[in-house]
Amino acid sequence: MLKIRKPQLNLLEKLTNATAVSGDEGAIRKIVRVEVENIADEIKTDAMGNLLVTKRGKGRNRLKIMLAAHMDEIGFMLVNKESDGFFQFAPLGGMDPRQLAGKPVWVGREKVPGVIGAAPIHLVSPGQYNSTIPIASLRIDVGLGKPNVKVGDRATFATKFLRMGDSIRAKALDDRLGVAILIELLKNAPANIDLLAAFTVQEELGLRGAKVAAHALDPDLALAIDSTPALDFPVHDGSENIRYNTKLGAGPAIYTVDGRTLSDPRIIRWLSETGDAKKIPYQYRQPGSGGTDAGSIHISRAGIPTGSVSVPGRYAHSAMGLCRIKDWENTLNLLHAALSDLSPDILKEAR
Amino acid sequence: MKPLIKKLTETFSPSGYENAIREVITDEIKDFADEIRVDALGNLIARKGSGGKKIMIAAHMDEIGLIVNHVDEKGFARFSPLGTFLPHTLVGARVRFLNGAYGVVGAEYLKKETQTKLAPLDKMFIDTGATSPKDSPVKIGDVAALERPFHDLGKRLIAKSMDNRVSVAVLIETMRKLKTTAHEVYFVFTTQEEVQVRGAITSAFGIAPEIGIAIDICPVGDTPDSAKKEVSLGKGVSIKIKDPLMIADPRIVTWMIKAAEKANIPYQREVSTLGSTDARAIQVAGAGAMVGGISIPCRYVHSPSEMVDYDDVQNTVKLLITLLEKKIEL
Repeated sequence: MLKIRKPQLNLLEKLTNATAVSGDEGAIRKIVRVEVENIADEIKTDAMGNLLVTKRGKGRNRLKIMLAAHMDEIGFMLVNKESDGFFQFAPLGGMDPRQLAGKPVWVGREKVPGVIGAAPIHLVSPGQYNSTIPIASLRIDVGLGKPNVKVGDRATFATKFLRMGDSIRAKALDDRLGVAILIELLKNAPANIDLLAAFTVQEELGLRGAKVAAHALDPDLALAIDSTPALDFPVHDGSENIRYNTKLGAGPAIYTVDGRTLSDPRIIRWLSETGDAKKIPYQYRQPGSGGTDAGSIHISRAGIPTGSVSVPGRYAHSAMGLCRIKDWENTLNLLHAALSDLSPDILKEAR
Repeated sequence: MKPLIKKLTETFSPSGYENAIREVITDEIKDFADEIRVDALGNLIARKGSGGKKIMIAAHMDEIGLIVNHVDEKGFARFSPLGTFLPHTLVGARVRFLNGAYGVVGAEYLKKETQTKLAPLDKMFIDTGATSPKDSPVKIGDVAALERPFHDLGKRLIAKSMDNRVSVAVLIETMRKLKTTAHEVYFVFTTQEEVQVRGAITSAFGIAPEIGIAIDICPVGDTPDSAKKEVSLGKGVSIKIKDPLMIADPRIVTWMIKAAEKANIPYQREVSTLGSTDARAIQVAGAGAMVGGISIPCRYVHSPSEMVDYDDVQNTVKLLITLLEKKIEL
């Protein structure tokens, strides 16, 4: 079994502290490249910015397996300069406006500090407390004398990685956890497959990078590795929580159905049976909306058998998420064990 | 064709889980195809003939279904839809799971104060007879379809999943009756149509046809207080001109109408304001195709009991054979 130890934690720290809002993923691409270029058989950046890394196995009848983890994170773009250092902005990716006011941000590649400002309590009438402040009424304030901050720059939450015992608090765990897992899988690549790792771009804007990556790689089978929300709290009235999506500590979340993909039933069976056989805990993500790169991959070309596995995380798409190190480790191990056991016969089973 | 329609509509295969229906269809068509294959998304692709035009005739074989997203402390299975349901058609419906379990759909809001309110799907549940997650025959990810027997009213037929098994029957019957064709015809029984026509996306890419025709049901405007629509049950094959996500190629529309008129097949002109079909995916797959659609008028679409007219069904077979037999000039 693979372990999450100091080097893996340091790498996740580096990955989550870096900023890579959708469409500008260079910072993550650079980190990943350094990690894997010595072990890769092939490595290239495609036209959209996806980093495609091939690690070939040995022996005959190797399946070509595409594993996708997106490098981008949700964030903002400055859209209008109102006065010196004071900008209107738009969200890039799904964002709840109630989560924004008062949050510190980093603007641009140089990580210029700023804050998402709103009117202070002194000047807000009591009737307004109960209403949401729309994004159009919020501003990013970087202070005076920042000529390098311009309209079109991206911004993200200024949150630094923190280990909290058995948990981690950081921004962009969606999907730097996936990126970290994919790097680890490349470093421990099973020899029975050709591993086609796709570190994708623009997932948060509609699974755009994965679409061209899948077309180019044309794999036999694919998995998206992501992080999915856990809403596993007690319900306010004491009734049973029946809408938790996933639960923290219950292991990797295997997808059956989300808003973009009906996972290939053969892949659901393969992952579940691996978990049962190797005694790696897993859970099924509640069928529902949302989507991963699998949504683009499975309908690429003449169709690709595809599934998704996610590390559960609380508070996704906000300033900071929270996950359990054990869930991360179990996700890595479930994937590693499943891939190591994978035989081309899976594609002969009835779908 | 009635026994075939009965057999097809009494098979359970929701979107993404088309194994059972694929086996039934394969058995029906194996003697009438030159080549049969199944693609990565489970589409069943049967070729008949060669030369002439490369034509893809698609009928989706999936049906709308339910997937369990939680079994609560008392054993009630909460669910998400596979495809689109109108909530008011579901309460009291019986469902059969692919693993054999059986249940009835119940709903919250049945208290006196709220009983006039329509329960949304997330306030409904499936009662499988279980009393806890422990003795529940189902778990997260288990899939069910509606259960309702086929019923023959003579001219009119009622069944669950008439959408789109009636078109599947039309394709099978066409394959049987089509003695010769001047074309390379791919009869494609597609998957996952009810969840954004996904099977047609990949099968059309794999085949790369010049002409694509989707056979599907279409809602009608002939029941009390229904939405206004020209198409009625029993008044003929419905030739699609437009739906919200696809404009049929005018050359295909003209070809179909001329053929119908020449063969004295009653037809109706269809402009749909609701729903779409596999044709929308075929049209834009790869480098694109000329597409059209032929619809079988259907009442109570996406309810547990969908009704079609048997004359319309037989006329659809006639039109398809007329179209495929001869040389095509567009």
